[in-house]
Amino acid sequence: MNGRIRSSVSVSWQRHWLGLLLLAVVLLAVPFVAALGGQAWVRIANFAILYMFLALGLNIVVGYAGLLDLGYVAFYAVGAYTYALLASPHFGIHLPFWVILPLGAGLACVFGVLLGAPTLKLRGDYLAIVTLGFGEIVRIFMNNLNAPINVTNGAQGITLIDPIRIGDFSFAQTSTFLGVTLSGPQKYYFLLVALALLVIVVNIRLQDSRIGRAWQAIREDEVAAKACGINTRNIKLLAFAMGASFGGIAGGIFSAMQGFVSPESFSLMESITILAMVVLGGMGHIPGVILGAVLLTGLPEALRYGIEPLQRALFGRMIIDPESLRMLVFGLALVLVMRFRPAGLWPSSQRRRELAESAD
Amino acid sequence: MDTLLQQLINGLTLGAVYALVALGYTMVYGIIGLINFAHGEVVMIGTMVAFTVIVSLASSGMSPLLILGVGLLVSVVVCMVLGWALERVAYRPLRHAPRLTPLITAIGMSIVLQNVAMIIWGRNYITFPPMINKQIYEIGGASFTNVQVAIVSLAALVMLGLIYLVHRTRIGMAMRATAQNPHVASLMGVDINRVIAMAFIIGSALGAVAGCMVGSYYEIAHYQMGFMLGLKAFTAAVLGGIGNLAGAMAGGLLLGLIEALGAGYIGDLTGDFLGSHYQDIFAFIVLIIVLMFRPSGLFGERTGDRA
Amino acid sequence: MNHVRIPGVLVVLAASMAIIGCGKKEEPKAAAPAPAPAAAAPAPAPKPEMVVKIGHVAPLTGPIAHLGKDNENGARMAVDDANAKKVEIDGKVIKFELLGEDDQADPKTGAVVAQKLVDAKVAGVVGHLNSGTTIPASAIYNQAGLPQISPSATNPKYTQQGFNTAFRVMANDIQQGSVVGTYAVKDMGAKKVAIIDDRTAYGQGLADEVEKAAKAAGATIVAREFTNDKATDFKAILTKIKAKNPDVVFLGGMDAVGGPMLKQMKELGIKAKFTTGDGGCSPELIKLAGPASEGVICSQAGLPPEKLPNGQKFLEDFTKKYGQIQIYSPYSYDAVMVLIDAMKRANSADPVKYLPEVGKTSYDGVTGKIEFDEKGDIKNGAITVFEIKDGKLVTLKSEGGSAPAK
Repeated sequence: MNGRIRSSVSVSWQRHWLGLLLLAVVLLAVPFVAALGGQAWVRIANFAILYMFLALGLNIVVGYAGLLDLGYVAFYAVGAYTYALLASPHFGIHLPFWVILPLGAGLACVFGVLLGAPTLKLRGDYLAIVTLGFGEIVRIFMNNLNAPINVTNGAQGITLIDPIRIGDFSFAQTSTFLGVTLSGPQKYYFLLVALALLVIVVNIRLQDSRIGRAWQAIREDEVAAKACGINTRNIKLLAFAMGASFGGIAGGIFSAMQGFVSPESFSLMESITILAMVVLGGMGHIPGVILGAVLLTGLPEALRYGIEPLQRALFGRMIIDPESLRMLVFGLALVLVMRFRPAGLWPSSQRRRELAESAD
Repeated sequence: MDTLLQQLINGLTLGAVYALVALGYTMVYGIIGLINFAHGEVVMIGTMVAFTVIVSLASSGMSPLLILGVGLLVSVVVCMVLGWALERVAYRPLRHAPRLTPLITAIGMSIVLQNVAMIIWGRNYITFPPMINKQIYEIGGASFTNVQVAIVSLAALVMLGLIYLVHRTRIGMAMRATAQNPHVASLMGVDINRVIAMAFIIGSALGAVAGCMVGSYYEIAHYQMGFMLGLKAFTAAVLGGIGNLAGAMAGGLLLGLIEALGAGYIGDLTGDFLGSHYQDIFAFIVLIIVLMFRPSGLFGERTGDRA
Repeated sequence: MNHVRIPGVLVVLAASMAIIGCGKKEEPKAAAPAPAPAAAAPAPAPKPEMVVKIGHVAPLTGPIAHLGKDNENGARMAVDDANAKKVEIDGKVIKFELLGEDDQADPKTGAVVAQKLVDAKVAGVVGHLNSGTTIPASAIYNQAGLPQISPSATNPKYTQQGFNTAFRVMANDIQQGSVVGTYAVKDMGAKKVAIIDDRTAYGQGLADEVEKAAKAAGATIVAREFTNDKATDFKAILTKIKAKNPDVVFLGGMDAVGGPMLKQMKELGIKAKFTTGDGGCSPELIKLAGPASEGVICSQAGLPPEKLPNGQKFLEDFTKKYGQIQIYSPYSYDAVMVLIDAMKRANSADPVKYLPEVGKTSYDGVTGKIEFDEKGDIKNGAITVFEIKDGKLVTLKSEGGSAPAK
């Protein structure tokens, strides 16, 4: 990144650092500010970052390479189960997280290639349904691999998964150091932020790399890309593999944070939600995808808190169950955003331009 | 042998239902290349409306068949209006948007319809009143009911009607023209907006018919029933080659048969290693294998770049 | 070009901050009315009032929302009944409040909701409905030291985690499965048993235990088939079962699966007796299956209502207020009552003080006598076997104390 910073004018250089400083302050403050409203908000913030992670991973496949993947949750599941099996009493194995997380990412990556290889020839909607099927296949196997050999413990899931631990420092407990008391969720928050920053940097670097441009070329016109000497097969596989690895890491952290995994966490609806985050925010545009993830995780929760008082304020009593209305509003929000901002809430400037042209 | 025959009958009935729902997906996709994810919910609304009509007429003293007919008619009309409204409100404004945009809208509409149905018809499972007196017939040790006969023949009739409509009428011709090239079609005097709206209306009407069938076959309805059904039917449509009417029918029937035979025999074939718990993945595995060799489905033409 | 992006990220995070911030601002508003009377309590009455909040969690959206709402209604009625009695604790008249939350049957939402209840300083929690959400949430309640009583989670693992806060008023799968499995073989004389489960944590757990018990009693398992909880077509697996000609078919699953399955068994001409556990032992099954439900044998945890005077009354009151009972509302009613009972005995609504009393519970509830073993499972949980006759659940026999928790 340094090279780029130097190449820009000095004014923006200063603004850049100011921005980073502000960002750091904000990121540091989030868990403490959120905790004022209750630890639940810290947990919601954690899930928002976890989904951001997933959305950025899927963004590589869908946003950069233009491959519509409806089974992304499969990789998330692979990562989660890798962690669960290697750090729980289920097999009596308790490996440390720094061994399992990379392992989970690697395994998810292998699955990514496994999915990618047979589907290379497929395009658009055919790819969508095959990836959807793949996601379901993985989930159904997780749900049923308790017999004849009990691997995943079936639908009952795996309990008592170890939290992330460094020496005696466990992420699950509240502890105080340097006079600051940190709850379990708050600690996970900082871990997640650190990882998320890493992923964002990787995403930014990828976007402008040779590989990133090759993905873009494939997205725009695969035949032309091939004619330009791009090895479309390998480059597409790479997109699947990289996206999958991010999913794998997210899965591992999910496992550790929850202490419990079962196949119902990896349903098709999850894949669809993650895809909705990418598209709603602005496909292929990192800030947009982050916004999408934060909004779609936060909105249903904010509605959970907000709908009841709102109805009381408007009508003086509860007219419709808040739960029924919550998902209804969520669905309507999806429709309305797409209606008025078809390229997403925060599309990249390039994409906005393309859209303006094609609309004529 | 009688077991095999029975499984074929099971698969055929299931397949007829899938095929009819799959037609709804394929009608829309064939013309504007959009996966109408909310179609499963249209089917659900169809079932629910028919249910309400039938229940409210049940004590009126009309003959059961007439009540069923009125229920079907009302639900078809309601779904046609719903399909038209969906297209008008949710999809038409997005016709030039990026390809994934209408997909998210469709998912949003699907959530909205489900929750509206939950508010109207409640969270509980609903018993669909049996209007036809179930008669059980037996052939060679396998049994089937008159409802199953009605479903398969009604499905066949509807499909034939649809083929006639698309290939022999003016609106059908306009549809085919729009599917090939909307721009050129509009230059030839085809009202594209009308044609696309018609595709949604007809697709939704088919969905309503399918909904009534599902309701009277399983005699159960729930506000979330559309999701799985829609997903299976969509798989069927892709299997046959999405956008192709004959393909959707073949895909539906094939999917029904795969599921029935798969659940029935996979355990014996693999020495009980894989059992009926893997029923739902046979369809996907067959789909992946078919698409590996025929990337546009069984009956799909090699279309240009749709992506 | 690239340097623009970092501030972009910044703006988003700032936006996310704002969202979280907004949420934070909303929250105290929602919670504000509750603590105010608790602290001030300016009641003119001689007895001061105190508000005690009890949390309830079940899925109120999604495929089993009808069961979730039923659970919540049971808990709500318990709270209303307790308030009508003007329970006094530590010299104060207690006004109980129920905070009903929706976990969407999703483990992740379950954890967030659990945290929300902990933040709201509830005195205890009744829930969740599914084992899949109950287990991850139990870790959060345990850390906060909050007693949690699940009215319906039957997965044995829930109470095997070693949490002193986890209880259930429902027999677990092992207890119930052994009764049903043995009953099928010993009392119904089944030699060949076919077992179907719906691949949920509940269905799988129960079916496995039934299989063990039936085998132990000397029957052969001729078929083990599977479906899923969203399926409506079971003809393929039923056809396979028909070929094996079993005496008894057992379903580990819910009424929404059992109803259509019974009808399809009839269409295929399967003569075997149909048995199922508490998930299918409901009036809903009779409604969904119609005449095909005649002769179904099913089991429920607890004693039959006619043996319990308060059970009958509960049935009438509940039906008047909320309509038909689904399955678990009597248990969620009892769960709330057990919490209140423990508070009374400890003379405190502080979880730290009354938690030890929950374990010592001995309470006559609407589902039977409730006592907990050292793990928090219901002790000597009674299991009642019913038969469906003329569209009604008729008691065949009750087994209490015969199936201690393992």
